[in-house]
Order: sequence, then structure tokens, then C-alpha cells
Amino acid sequence: MSDKMHIKLKVNGEDKEFLAEPRELLIYALREKLNITGPHVGCETSHCGACTVTIDGKSVKSCTMFVAQANGAEITTIEGIGTPDALHVLQENFREHHGLQCGFCTPGMITRATKLLEENPNPTEEEVRFGMAGNICRCTGYQNIVKSILSAASEINAAKEAAQ
Amino acid sequence: MNDMTPDREERSANLKGLGCSRKRVEDARFTQGKGNYVDDIKLPDMLHGDFVRSPYAHARVVSVNKDAALALPGVVAVLTAEDLAPLNLHWMPTLAGDKQMVLADGKVLFQGQEVAFVVASDRYVAADAVELVEVEYEELEVITDPFEALKSDVVLREDLEGQTEGAHGPRKHHNHIFTWEQGDEAGTNQVLDNAEVVAEETMYYHRTHPCPLETCGSVASMDKVNGKLTLWGTFQAPHVVRTVASLLSGIEEHNIRVVSPDIGGGFGNKVGVYPGYVCSIVASIVTGKPVKWVEDRMENLMSTAFARDYHMTGKISATKEGKITGLHCHVTADHGGFDACADPTKFPAGFMNICTGSYDIPVAYLAVDGVYTNKAPGGVSYRCSFRVTEAVYFIERMIEVLAIELDMDAAELRRINFIKKEQFPYTAALGWEYDSGDYHTAWDKALETVDYEGLRAEQAERVAAFKRGETRKLMGVGLSFFTEIVGAGPVKNCDILGMGMFDSCEIRIHPTGSAIARLGTISQGQGHATTFAQILASEIGISADSITIEEGDTDTAPYGLGTYGSRSTPVAGAATAMAGRKIRAKAQMIAAYLLEVHDDDVEFDIDRFVVKGAPERFKTMKEIAYAAYNQAIPGIEPGLEAVSYYDPPNMTYPFGAYVCVMDIDVDTGVPEIRRFYALDDCGTRINPMIIEGQVHGGLTEALAVALGQEIAYDDMGNVKTGTLMDFFLPTAWEVPNYETDYTVTPSPHHPIGAKGVGESPHVGGVPCFSNAVQDAFRAFGLRHTNMPHDHWRIWQTANGLGLHD
Ligand code: FES
Ligand code: FES
Repeated sequence: MSDKMHIKLKVNGEDKEFLAEPRELLIYALREKLNITGPHVGCETSHCGACTVTIDGKSVKSCTMFVAQANGAEITTIEGIGTPDALHVLQENFREHHGLQCGFCTPGMITRATKLLEENPNPTEEEVRFGMAGNICRCTGYQNIVKSILSAASEINAAKEAAQ
Repeated sequence: MNDMTPDREERSANLKGLGCSRKRVEDARFTQGKGNYVDDIKLPDMLHGDFVRSPYAHARVVSVNKDAALALPGVVAVLTAEDLAPLNLHWMPTLAGDKQMVLADGKVLFQGQEVAFVVASDRYVAADAVELVEVEYEELEVITDPFEALKSDVVLREDLEGQTEGAHGPRKHHNHIFTWEQGDEAGTNQVLDNAEVVAEETMYYHRTHPCPLETCGSVASMDKVNGKLTLWGTFQAPHVVRTVASLLSGIEEHNIRVVSPDIGGGFGNKVGVYPGYVCSIVASIVTGKPVKWVEDRMENLMSTAFARDYHMTGKISATKEGKITGLHCHVTADHGGFDACADPTKFPAGFMNICTGSYDIPVAYLAVDGVYTNKAPGGVSYRCSFRVTEAVYFIERMIEVLAIELDMDAAELRRINFIKKEQFPYTAALGWEYDSGDYHTAWDKALETVDYEGLRAEQAERVAAFKRGETRKLMGVGLSFFTEIVGAGPVKNCDILGMGMFDSCEIRIHPTGSAIARLGTISQGQGHATTFAQILASEIGISADSITIEEGDTDTAPYGLGTYGSRSTPVAGAATAMAGRKIRAKAQMIAAYLLEVHDDDVEFDIDRFVVKGAPERFKTMKEIAYAAYNQAIPGIEPGLEAVSYYDPPNMTYPFGAYVCVMDIDVDTGVPEIRRFYALDDCGTRINPMIIEGQVHGGLTEALAVALGQEIAYDDMGNVKTGTLMDFFLPTAWEVPNYETDYTVTPSPHHPIGAKGVGESPHVGGVPCFSNAVQDAFRAFGLRHTNMPHDHWRIWQTANGLGLHD
């Protein structure tokens, strides 16, 4: 076993400090050291997106990265998106449009979708499909996921307009 | 009574019962990342197990040296077959009546086979230790082709040497498993010999894999103090796992609790019993600590639950006008190193004998030969009832080939051969009794919606334009009409390891009028917590929102055979309705007592019992529930509970009509799905939103299988598609929007007329996508080409037809 490193992360707004082997993948540090089990492991090879989190403003597949590489970073996982009393618009819309079935891909999907809508607040269907292509879902066939995201986008935009 | 109408409508709407697109109750947890899947389980002092797997497809295991691994700090144990043998757990029975090595006992039969199980303090240490276990192998000749296996002198299963009788009758060769015959061979041959037209085709339905997004795993915890074993795992059939675990381990069944937590998709992958489950149990017994085992994606694709791998040869005969007269089908089924197919015991080739499809075929014969090869065991029903995808693909290709032979339109050929509405219940030539159907109506609706004639005209124009050199894109119109057979099944002929395939539901109504129902099934994304509450709401008049559905814990749920083969709605759904009716019967007596009338003088009305002819006198179910617990009613026991074990009288037979329109670039081999129309008839529709979601998902898995997904081996038995890099899972980018539609032909024998839908789109979708690709080349002489139709293969087809010249 190699020497452990002292890791500091800010996860969902909370400061976390722990020891980890440099070779430990970020996804396992999150899931096993910090008990953040929303992000899932579907492949460990960066293909499925189940482990997607946001790191310093970017969508990242957390199985792609060693925890040591994330040292000092600010991370948002599904646990940091919405609260039980105030769900995120995307969470509402996934439910409303049946954008999930087994739910295994859902945390990664929604986490990725929050970034997609920041990158492109008014996407076309094609842009949603392209922007979500790093996240695999085995259950839904995507049609309702796309619908959920497009509907969330228009709700967010309508709310923004109303606020102006 | 008119003034009552809005009120009744409102009361009915409040129930959120049958037919309502109720939003899912599961989603609140899942959208917030609060699902609880197996790998989320963390117990104090939990250890992690990992496998040493064979790099060879066929080899003798000469020695296993654990010393270096055991010396690694954090390693607690390394188990081999030798360690399991004293417990008699080094082999385990399979669902197909064969046995399978839990850990390699002297030899390995497929790449990725489990050789040793390392138990360590965390997953990284376990993975390190796997590398340190030294295994010496002696390579043996590898056979990956079942036809070769039947000719070869090489004995794959030395443990069975000399056994001429298998679980399903005589074995013809040392690598042969069984022959399963159905129908009338002599009669069929006679019809074929004398037929006006005969079309023959050989097709290979390639090996693939269900590949749910969550892999398989388990956590076993043996509490030595009270002698209880708790096992959490990715089990589509938790009760069966409990029984098997008890039989294997000798621990009495009441001391075993099996829990299926949330399951991240199953599609058949999680029906089987895998060495990992057994090893986690043994390791927990040996170490006295909880042991977790979760396979990684590569292990999942290499070792647990392949699907299909059927080499099929068909002959279909017809009159010159296209009336089918007979069908002959032979299958060489590659089962890999062990026969671990997950089929009901008496059906070694599942329900392959549904291969006469939706057509009125007077005589037919089917023979399936199961064969051992150096490939992984499995043979699960990937998003279908047992081998029904294979059957439907077979007949839907044979129809297309016959249409070519007859120079006839394939839609018309189907139409003139459909079983007619008035023929139901219809007994097919291979024995099944189809409960209900109205194929012509569905077909006509589908063809009309897509403007079938318009499509054919456009296609003809496209062919002409292609020949004139004006386009490089061809157009394919894919058709399929399928009949599924789901809801296994009647206990008289369906069992798994001797357990009849009934299912169950237990209901408790609480004093304040809400309820909990427990079932023997387990959702893997189908939304049981939502839909079963809807069935019950309509039966007992309590809002679905006030009904909790619980599944998957064998300590609390009644015994059931689990969820696969679209059996939950047909079987457990029926049990739910029947248990609901028992509740209602008791509620009726209570209501009559409270209203001081005779039992027969009250009737059920949505959410209450009313006095016949005096609807202003009523007791709501809520009031009745309360009374059940707080009043002493003469002759009636307190409480309001019921349980039902439902043994279905027959299977259900959902059907559907699909059309796919595809453009194919002959120079790149890239298919572009322009339109996909899916009409499903699953009988009574419980939740249209969920049905639609199931159809989207099943079609997407069909697209995957038809257009690229496969488990491929090289000649050495190496798995060439062991990661998601090579194993095709479509993304949002490759998947079209689907148009869904329906007709409703209720099942006559199901309490609410429902038939099941989760798998229909896969069963009907695969031939539809495949037919679309092949139809595009029909005008250029293509008769049949095998799936998967990936870009390279489509390009090769175009090239072979001289379209690049
Ligand atoms: S687990 Fe990270 S992309 Fe699949
Ligand atoms: S909902 Fe099951 S993988 Fe997406």
C-alpha cells in the first residue's frame, strides 16, 4: 500500500478532509470515504456517466480522476442539487415527464443536465441529445429524459423572464 | 342521479387507480440521489471480495498459490475450490438442471471463470491481492463454435463424462446437453415436401448481454451469535435465492433473510445465481464479518448472464397465394461451459415454441439442441420472456424471406396469415393456447398511421433514383408483428427449481384507512410501488397515494417467484387484485353491519359501499377500515387483511405492430432511423405513462441488439467486447423519438385483463430494426444477413451486392 495523502475538498458546500491513497479514484473517495452515494459506478472506464459530478464548474466523470487530482476542488454531486422541500427544476421535471426508471443513471444525468443548461440555457432537442451523450441510460430510451430537460429549460427561462 | 356524476368522477380521480398516468412515487428518492443500491450498503467491519479469474477459455488449473496474497496486509482470506469442497459448495446447481463450478475445480471452461475469491479490508487491497494469487494453468484446446463442439473429441465437461442422460433427456455427444422437440415432425416434413412454395433460411441470433447500468453484487452478513444470515443482493427473485441459499448452505430457511434493495436495472441479468453470491456468503461464514462483492463492468460482460446465441435454421411452406402451410425450425443453442439458462424447469429452450408467431400455421415442428462450448454460461431472457425474442425474430425473418420467395408484399403476407379474432382462444401448432388477440385491427391501424403505401411508393422511387445515380441512400421499411408469451406461469407446467411460478400479495389495511401491500416480486425500474398501488386503489377504494407497496425483503414479503419475463403484472398484479377482492368482501360485510342491512343490500361504489337504491346511505372504505379495528362485529374477526397466492390459469399474450423507416448510406453503412411507430396491445392499461416509458426503453435495447450490440469471442475464446468501449450501448445521440400507440384487448383470464408490457418492445423491436436494414437491400437481391447490423456489416452487405461498383 502506498502512502496516504491528505486531501481537502469542498463537497456540496461542506469542507471535507481525509486521508486517501493517491491511486484512489474520486468516485470511491466520495462514495466510501464521504458516504456520498448518489453518484454511481456503472463502468469505471468513463463511458457511462453514472458517476458524473461537477468539479470547479465542469461536468466530470468522477471515475476518470484520482481523488488526489481533485485535491482542493469544489465539487457538487446530486446531493447538493435541490433539497427535499425545494427540489431543483430538473428533479421536478424528471419526475413529471417520467425521465427515470431504475434511477441508477439519474444522479449523473441530472448533475450533468444542470451544467448543460448553464452552458446552453436554451438548447434545441439535438443539443440536449448531444450534450447528454456522455450519460448512458439503459432503461428509458432517453426520449423522456430529453423531454424533462427541455421542459426544465423552458421553466428556468420563464422564471428568469418573470424576474426581470 | 345526474347530480352525482361530478362527485363520482372526482372520487374516482382521487383514487389514482387503473388507467391513470400517476407520477411515480419512487422518483423523489431517485432524483435526489437517495436510492439504496447494493453497492451503497455499508456495514461495520465489512470486507470486500474480488475474484481471480481465468485468462484462458479452456485450461487445466494445475495449482493455486495463495501465499503472496495472504501475506499482503489487509487480506483476510483467499478461497479456492479446495476450501469450498468440504462444505460441498465448490459446485452449485443451475436453474437449468445442470451444475456449475463456483470456483474452478481442476479446470476452467470460459475466459473470466472464477478461480479464487480474495477477501480483504477494502476493494483496493482485494484487487491488489488478486494480482498476487499465482495460478498455474495448462492450456487446452478451445472450442467456441457449437457445431464444432458436436464433432470434437475434446471433452469440455469431464465431470459429465459417460453420462448419456441429462436433465432434459438423452445426450448425443459428450458436448451435447439436450434435444428438445415440440410439434409434429413427420406431419411437418410431409407438408414441406409437398408444398407449392418453400422458403429456407439459416440465421444466427448473436450472443449479447442485458448489461443493466448497475452490475451484479451482494453483501452477505452471517451473524454467528443468533445464527442468522442476511443477504442483500441484485436479485430479481429474492425468495428463490433464499431457498437456494438454504439448500446449498444447510442453513435453515427461516434463518436466512434475503433482501433486494433498489436494483439498477435487471433485464434478465439478475435472475441467475452467481458464484459471487455464493462466495460472499461463504466468506462471511468463514470470517464472521459482512462481505461485499460487486462485479465490475468487464466481469459483468464476461461472466454473468449472456443472452441469445441461437443458430436457427428454418423452412416455411405456403401456397402460391401466400397461405402458410407449415413451419420447421431447428436451433443449435450455444449454452457455454455450463447450462445455466434461466428458464422454467420443463422448458430447456424457454418458450421458443412460440415461434409460429402471430400466424395461423396448421403444422409445425421445433427441435433445439443445447451444446457446451468454451464460452460463459447464462442464457437469460434479456428483456423478454424465455427465448421469446429468438422465436419472434425467427418467424419475422422467415415471413420476410417467404415474401421474397413469393415476390409478395410482406405486410400483405402477414395479413393473410394472421390468426383471426374469432379464432381465439387459439391453440397453436406447437401447443400454446393464445388467450386473446385482434391482430388485423392492430395491423391496419399501424399501416394506416404510417401511410404504408406511401412509404412503399417513396421507397420504389428511391431505388429508381439510386439506380440513376442521384442518391447514395437507400430506404428500408421494417415491419414486425409479434405475439409475446408472458406471465409464467401456471404451476402445472412452470416451475423454477421445483417452485411453482405463482406469485403473491399480502395486504394490510390500517385503522385510519391507509394500507400496505407486500408482494413477491421486485421492481428494477418498472415502478411497481406506483402501479401496484393503482391496481389496489381500484379494487379497494383507497387512494393509491395512501398505499405503500413493499417488495424484496423475504422476511416480510410473501413468497413469490420474482420479476422477469414480464410476469409481475400478469401474476403478482393478479394476486394483488385477488387479495384486494378479499378485502372488499370483508369490507362489504362490515359495511352492511354498520348500515344495518343485509350483506347483499350494499354494493361497492368507487371508494365506499352504498345501500342499493339509496346511495345517500353509505360507508366509505376509510370508515369501514376504522370499524374493522374498533368495533366488535358479530361473526367477523377484527382487522382488515388479506393474502392471495395467484396461480395463473394461462400465460398472457401481449402483441403489437411495429414499423421502422430507415435511410441507409450505402457508402458509410450508417443507418438513420427516420421514424419508428410502435403499437402495443398489453390488454388493460394500468399506467399509460409507465407503459410508454417501458416501450421507449425496450425499443432502445432492441435498437442496440439489432444494430451493434454483441458479445463476441475470438478463436481462443477471448471476449472481444468486454468494456463499454466495444459493447454497444446507445446514447441519446443515436436514439430516435418513438411514436407509441395502442389497442386494448384485455386478457380474458386475468382479473383485471392486464397482460404485461415491459418486454414486448424488445421482442418486437429487434426484428423490426433488422427487417428495416434488410428491406433496404431487398430490391438489390438481399435475402438475409445476420445481426448485429453495425456500420461495417451494413457496408459489407452493400459491397457484397455490388453497390459500390
Ligand atoms: S462509472 Fe464513471 S463513467 Fe461509468
Ligand atoms: S433509469 Fe435505469 S439506467 Fe437510466
